[in-house]
Amino acid sequence: MLRLANIRKSFGGVHALRDATLTLHAGEVTALIGENGAGKSTIVRIIGGLHQPDAGEIQLDGRTVRITDAHHARSLGISIVHQECVVFDNLSVAENICIHARPQRHGLVSWRQMRERAKTMLRQLDATFDPDLPAGRLSIAQKHIVQIARALDSDARVLVLDEPTAALSHREAEDLFRITRQLTGDGCAVLFISHRFEEVFSLAHRYSVFRDGAAVDAGRIDEVDTNVLVKLMVGRAVEPSVSGHAAPSETELLRVEGLSRRGEFNGISFSVRRGEVLGIYGLVGAGRSEVAHALFGLSTVDSGRILIDGMPVTIASPTDAVRHGLAYVPEDRQTEGAILSLSIAANVCLPSLQALAPQVICKRDRESAFAQKWIDSLSVKTPGPDQLVGALSGGNQQKVVLAKWLARQPRILIVDEPTKGIDVGAKAAVHAVMREFVAKGHAVVMISSELPEVLNLSDRVLVMRRGRARGVFEREAATPEAIVRAATDA
Amino acid sequence: MLSRDLRLGIATLLLFAAVTAAFPQFARPDNLAGVLNDSAILILLALGQMLVILTRGIDLSVAANLALCGMIAALFNRHFPDAGALSTVAIALVCGALLGACNGLLVWKLRLPPIVVTLGTMSIFRGAIYQLSGGVWVNDNEMSPAFLDLVRYRFLGLTTLAWTAVIAALAAFICLRYLRTGRDLYAAGGNPSAATAAGIDPGRMQFIAYTICGAIAGVCGYLWVARFAVAYTDIALGFELEVIAACLIGGVAIAGGIGTVTGVLLGCLFIGVIRNALPLVGISPFWQMYINGVVITVAALMSARQRTEKRSILEAERA
Repeated sequence: MLRLANIRKSFGGVHALRDATLTLHAGEVTALIGENGAGKSTIVRIIGGLHQPDAGEIQLDGRTVRITDAHHARSLGISIVHQECVVFDNLSVAENICIHARPQRHGLVSWRQMRERAKTMLRQLDATFDPDLPAGRLSIAQKHIVQIARALDSDARVLVLDEPTAALSHREAEDLFRITRQLTGDGCAVLFISHRFEEVFSLAHRYSVFRDGAAVDAGRIDEVDTNVLVKLMVGRAVEPSVSGHAAPSETELLRVEGLSRRGEFNGISFSVRRGEVLGIYGLVGAGRSEVAHALFGLSTVDSGRILIDGMPVTIASPTDAVRHGLAYVPEDRQTEGAILSLSIAANVCLPSLQALAPQVICKRDRESAFAQKWIDSLSVKTPGPDQLVGALSGGNQQKVVLAKWLARQPRILIVDEPTKGIDVGAKAAVHAVMREFVAKGHAVVMISSELPEVLNLSDRVLVMRRGRARGVFEREAATPEAIVRAATDA
Repeated sequence: MLSRDLRLGIATLLLFAAVTAAFPQFARPDNLAGVLNDSAILILLALGQMLVILTRGIDLSVAANLALCGMIAALFNRHFPDAGALSTVAIALVCGALLGACNGLLVWKLRLPPIVVTLGTMSIFRGAIYQLSGGVWVNDNEMSPAFLDLVRYRFLGLTTLAWTAVIAALAAFICLRYLRTGRDLYAAGGNPSAATAAGIDPGRMQFIAYTICGAIAGVCGYLWVARFAVAYTDIALGFELEVIAACLIGGVAIAGGIGTVTGVLLGCLFIGVIRNALPLVGISPFWQMYINGVVITVAALMSARQRTEKRSILEAERA
């Protein structure tokens, strides 16, 4: 139905797409797979009319078209759920959902019809929040649902889902898949982008693999398996994340007792030993990030104690936390983790400036050398330490954020969704960094929604649900079934 | 948003009640009509300014635009005293819109920062008045009776000046709530990248906002000159700051995307009531600036507190 042939697109001399070909068929879901930087988001933006290709041809129903802007794409029946959250915080949920085609009566916007339509869309997605609420008051997951409702509120013939499930809980993702299947049943062509292979295999009929801006393979999904796809993506076989690392020591490094904060989490207790990775698993909104915030002094707790090396400590601010040897890599690396408009060197050196420039004056060459050391040790793909972090791919940005904190030589590393939205290669590198870190006798607290990651990497897993701890699972007891049950069971 | 309008409404009412308690003659209809008459130009300009601020811009050149268009209207009237007041108004409006469109084009097509663009055009417009008039005043004896009388014509107890403000407020309310373009202004200012993805061009919305703001300033140019019966280079000097102050008091967010017509009206009336009450109470009108400043700061403090409250409500719901 929609065919893009030999698309090329470059930004300031950098080729985002070299030779991309992609075909979507009516009534079928095509999964687009590729590492970050492979050009997936660029092709989505071209389909959506936000970018114009430098060369190549787009055909819709066999006719060549030029998609001039988002509005035009919409009128051609192309509907897109973008990867980044594009919600208007200042507008109501209803208006957000109907933003493309606000219902009108006598030339005036009809708020009543708008509310009705929004309600219908939300009901389909099993969402219960009020359409009159300003969207700014929703959680990230709820905002994504609004975005999905917006895309579904049309007679879409082509639906593009760019990593729609990254912020969704399992239930919400299932609802989305149910509706997607319904739409394909009606003859809609769907492009589905995801880093989660389980989803790809359960939803897609076809696959298409991009690597370095070009299509490398395409075919029917039932003819391949995960290993084949991974190999195609990276162009080399990636070692599956091996467990088998040294057993943690018996000495406790961090102990948390009965940590509570009103409205967020209640009675959270756990301990982390030297050389240990503690995974924290739970659905989005279970209060995991909130615990991390409290540990790092970003929010205050109402009760509970934190002990480091057996000594009770007070962590009232991130400054305290850093002094006690904690480091925190937040979930949202683009706004909280890194300063995108600054160079790699500036980012990496930021928490270490005191050590690097004891006499107030910062020396650029010294900073560059310092940053280069970390670029090498984490193998960040970049021409040099002066490159802006914003120009890096997601995986490399995450490496910079890690480097920034590792440079402070912390003893306890808290990471929140460390590999969210980054490709397989970068993921393995991030995992290796964490393993190396604990091998030195340090400890990692890892919040992750990705079950394989939690199971592969953690020595023990704390499961949270609705702000409460549902149990700590030792490695042997941590089966996928047990953990998912604890995270979801009422 | 609503609660903020409500709070400001209550504050304005309390202020009004306090002044009335001390000076019952303040609440007399003719005095109230006078307050509205005095606030009319502020209301008109603040409505235009709000559109610009909604799209994440700011227009520092409104007062200079007003002065230039006022001078053009006065000179036109001097050369063609029989042309009729309405054609003079039309000329002021078109000139204002063109000047506003210049701002808009610079911001839209060249992506220059609004504060820089309008700071520049503000001085250019003032300079143009001097060029045009040769630095000479146009006095009331050089203005035709029709030119002077249009603003003073009374209908149902209110002057044309006051009616213009009332009608503009109604029109703005309807446009911002029920027209797609109006809604797009909020969308473009609230989240420009999301707006682009939804097929709304934020730059184009900025252009529209500056042009309308300019057109309003142009009309106000005529209103100002006819009301005070004099045109010279420095009329309404510094008035843009009072206009922006009225918007901020009225709850328009300087970061864009948030603001209501009701809020802006209340902001203007608040300033208007204080300005008219101060001489009655026997306080020098120069205190006006202090009061505006305090109100803006308090409003900023309150909205900051409101933001943290909102966040904690959400987290309680989620947990």
